[in-house]
Amino acid sequence: MSNRGTALVQVRSLHKVFRRGSERIDVLEGVDLDVTQGEFLSLMGPSGSGKTTLLNLIGGLDTPSDGSVTVSGERIDRLSGGKLSRWRARHIGFVFQLYNLLPVLTAERNIELPLLLTPLSRTQRRTHVATALAMVGLSDRAKHYPRQLSGGQEQRVGIARAIVTDPTLLLCDEPTGDLDRASANEILDLLQALNEEHGKTILMVTHDARAAARAGRTLHLDKGTLTSGAADA
Amino acid sequence: MKYFPLVWSSLFRRKVRTLFTLLSIMIAFVLFNYLSAVSVAFSMGVDVAGSDRLMLIHRVSFTQLLPESYQERIRAVDGVTEVTHQTWFGGVYQDPRNFFAQFAVEPEGYLSMYPELRLPDDAKERWLHDRTGAVVSRSLADRFDWEVGDRIPLQGTIWRTRSGNTWEFTIDGIYDGAEGINSGGFLLRYDYLDQANSLGRGFVGNYVIRIDEPSRAVEIGAAIDTRFANSPYETKTSTEQAFVQAFANQIGDVGTMMTAIMIAVLFTILLVTANTMAQSVRERTSELAVLKTLGFTDRRVLSLVLVESILLAVVGGGVGLGLSWMLIQQQGDPTGGLLPAFFVPPRDLVIGVGLTLCLGIASGILPGVHAVRLRIVDALRRT
Repeated sequence: MSNRGTALVQVRSLHKVFRRGSERIDVLEGVDLDVTQGEFLSLMGPSGSGKTTLLNLIGGLDTPSDGSVTVSGERIDRLSGGKLSRWRARHIGFVFQLYNLLPVLTAERNIELPLLLTPLSRTQRRTHVATALAMVGLSDRAKHYPRQLSGGQEQRVGIARAIVTDPTLLLCDEPTGDLDRASANEILDLLQALNEEHGKTILMVTHDARAAARAGRTLHLDKGTLTSGAADA
Repeated sequence: MKYFPLVWSSLFRRKVRTLFTLLSIMIAFVLFNYLSAVSVAFSMGVDVAGSDRLMLIHRVSFTQLLPESYQERIRAVDGVTEVTHQTWFGGVYQDPRNFFAQFAVEPEGYLSMYPELRLPDDAKERWLHDRTGAVVSRSLADRFDWEVGDRIPLQGTIWRTRSGNTWEFTIDGIYDGAEGINSGGFLLRYDYLDQANSLGRGFVGNYVIRIDEPSRAVEIGAAIDTRFANSPYETKTSTEQAFVQAFANQIGDVGTMMTAIMIAVLFTILLVTANTMAQSVRERTSELAVLKTLGFTDRRVLSLVLVESILLAVVGGGVGLGLSWMLIQQQGDPTGGLLPAFFVPPRDLVIGVGLTLCLGIASGILPGVHAVRLRIVDALRRT
């Protein structure tokens, strides 16, 4: 919380080009973006505007064609392979639209996955998992498999998995896109609580204006360019 | 160990498919052990054959009989220290499927020639005084639950009595062979066969000859064969090892055949396992992408896939090797004593375990590389 206000993410002149045969597709065209520590930022835009691509580049899932991405002072566009994987494990928590839980593992085992990459003992891992489950209000569903959970509960498990390592940045790609309104509100409440009560920095991509309204700031992306700084909420 | 629940759960994501693959691997390694035992049986016969023993058969075929009168003439050859003979009896016990080897022999001469047959003294004494007596190998006695004193009827298929074709023998003793060696099956007395059969007297199957100097085997064998040249019963003498080898070669190069079958079986099982692993990895493209997103490195993902395939192969192969080893240990020679030995040597068991590991690595390497090459953004887009 003490770092609130400093730039956690700095994106400069970010370009991403995809090639399909001889066709060149400029998905991002010189994006500049700052996300401050402790901020809850939503990113809106039509399909194909480059929202998810931008999220992937900030999360180190993809590499830019040009430009730079700095997170917590580290140029991640210069990292690759194992270094980038280890960086992701330490700094990024991902929340997916379709939850992406492993169906063969229980909720607690799914949440434990990122902790397997840490030197924590089994007991310590269990404590962390229990804490994360409690934060998302699913302590009583620890032994349930994803198929035994509702969509909203699955997404909460997804969020628990994303926060269990206490990452620097939480990246959410349409976290309510597959949920009904009531469940979506629960998830947004949870994200908001994580931001306000626990100081989590959240960058959320969404189509939903009501979801975006929960964020402290909303940006619009169109045809690979940030078109508006949008007013602070 | 902390990744074990993840690997184990992934392995049993499709329970039926995994179980069938495990069964296939298990059966392949059961076959591996049995083929090893058969291969050993054919090579062991050669290995255990005495280097100072010669085998004399009819020049035309070992199924042709020879005069019993040859015994003393063979004994007179320079270098010969002992001579005895054995005659294939070929009887049926209850059912033709209950096949086992039966030889009519001279008790004292035969036991002296084959000291590796360990018969208790009291049993030997009984046999020497019981013309209708017989001694049997331990494996044969165990197979039919025979005990000393039991009367065993055999239906003669070659030799008939004057009153029919049923022969009755009393079990006078049970002998043991060297470790893992069957050393024959059912030994009856030649004098009984000779006197009671209706075909004629004074003929034997083949002679076993002990010589004083193994290095002179060829020379002594040639001297014996020369002695019977141009007679109605010409002979062919070779070392016991050469005889056993030639007998095995009549069936074919068993070792090569077994190896070829093993390679075919293992290659097939490699394809089956690799297919299972490939399907398994293909089905969870998005899950692997999620693991990578969470920070699992390419090396770790490759390791997870390899450990999974190795686990599949080792569990299936281990059960197969263990089960077949126990069966072979308990049941022994399935031919009922025709094979000189029937067991899986420790060396082959170690090779079997090594092969399960190789199978696991070979079947997991391609799916593993596929998982490594997976681009997270592409894989996540497919969900």
